[in-house]
Amino acid sequence: MNSYNLTLPLSKEILATLRAGDACMLTGTLYALRDAGHIRLLAELEERGNLPYGLVGQTLFYAGPTPEAAGRPFGAIGPTTASRMDFAAPELYRAGIVATLGKGQRSKEVVDACRETSSVYFIATGGAAAFLAKCVETSATLAYDDLGTEALRRIEVVDFPVFVGIDVLGNDVYARD
Amino acid sequence: MSEKRLTASMVADAVYRAIPTLAQVLPDDVRAALVSARAEETHPRAHVVLDHLVENFALAECDRVPLCQDTGVVWVCLELGSDVAVGGDIFSEVDAAVARAFDEARLRTSLVRDAAFDRSNTGNNTPAFCEIRTTPKRCGARLHLMLKGGGSDNASRVVMLTPSAGHQGVIDEVVNCVRAKAVNACAPVIIGVGIGSTFDKVAALAKHALMRPLDEAAPDEQTAALEAELLSAVNATAIGAGGLGGVTTALAVKVNTAPCHIAALPLAINMGCSAMRRASIELI
Repeated sequence: MNSYNLTLPLSKEILATLRAGDACMLTGTLYALRDAGHIRLLAELEERGNLPYGLVGQTLFYAGPTPEAAGRPFGAIGPTTASRMDFAAPELYRAGIVATLGKGQRSKEVVDACRETSSVYFIATGGAAAFLAKCVETSATLAYDDLGTEALRRIEVVDFPVFVGIDVLGNDVYARD
Repeated sequence: MSEKRLTASMVADAVYRAIPTLAQVLPDDVRAALVSARAEETHPRAHVVLDHLVENFALAECDRVPLCQDTGVVWVCLELGSDVAVGGDIFSEVDAAVARAFDEARLRTSLVRDAAFDRSNTGNNTPAFCEIRTTPKRCGARLHLMLKGGGSDNASRVVMLTPSAGHQGVIDEVVNCVRAKAVNACAPVIIGVGIGSTFDKVAALAKHALMRPLDEAAPDEQTAALEAELLSAVNATAIGAGGLGGVTTALAVKVNTAPCHIAALPLAINMGCSAMRRASIELI
């Protein structure tokens, strides 16, 4: 298990050096989006033919935060179960998303898409959302405001702790022999 | 004999007052279990996850922020002794109390209007899901509350086993469920198991098992032995904290059993996450 401090957005060169199980601290921009927002984003992608909101080259964080609290943008924010976004992830990786961040296992289709597009799936600790919210400096809602917690948000994080779940070779940290 | 009188506003007031603390303060028994799991863990990644979870509950209480961004659906069980009189719709004021508490404590609203036909957010985390239990004891009234997250409830299941599946069938089904789903349920999990009754009631048995403190074994020896056997089988999977390996996949397994039909062996597994937010409150 190697440890890295990484700056977002992540280049394909940096992503290629990561291996499943590595520990990383992320600093920079993440885009928070989950269930209902993915249906909207796929529809926009279909209509325009490319990713809106400057998402090309960016990292999607599967999360729906609680409101502002304790002087921070969110009282709590943490990863939701990533497999619910498996229906959209391969298409979004192919459209230019370079990494996703959530918790739990992904489908074979997502593993294949990571390998094919040299992209990565990160995991963060579920149920530690007060702790993770301390890593968030700012938040701006970009779209789908009517979805409430499921809106698309651009957030700035500092030293946000993750592990590499699936690497560019398709290695899966959850795989059991 | 004199009767105690319980009103809708007494129930709603207790719900309103309990919600912020439920969302922000992890119960002592769960804290102790996480601290002890961390002390026993040698797997490096699982140790990091347990560090995060221990730091998380300390921070959430100190800053009065939610333990988890999924502040859950509100589950309310009113337990009534035979010495309590209840008039009218005892839960009629609960939704208003939930809406007010979620707004004031800045919790997430996580409910949609209809599972099948209208998945727009209700905007105030209502409705709450309420039930009543009666007991022949003259013991007043108490309220059992849980904020239940979606990820762990999604990892739950009800299975109608055949009687021949027996003891081993129950063990296998629980272990299979853990293998398939514990990673998504924010392990180390707390597992509520219901065995018996009917299709609709067995899930409630499992849910109520989650209310029991982690350091309290089942009152009868047979059930306590089954709980220990299940915990050992679940932890032998080595799925571990965060699903990243390690010795503690579950902090506890709690079992409730009941009579059932001669043809049946109903089994329910209600997965609880490590941010187990529950409380029992004496009302009168």
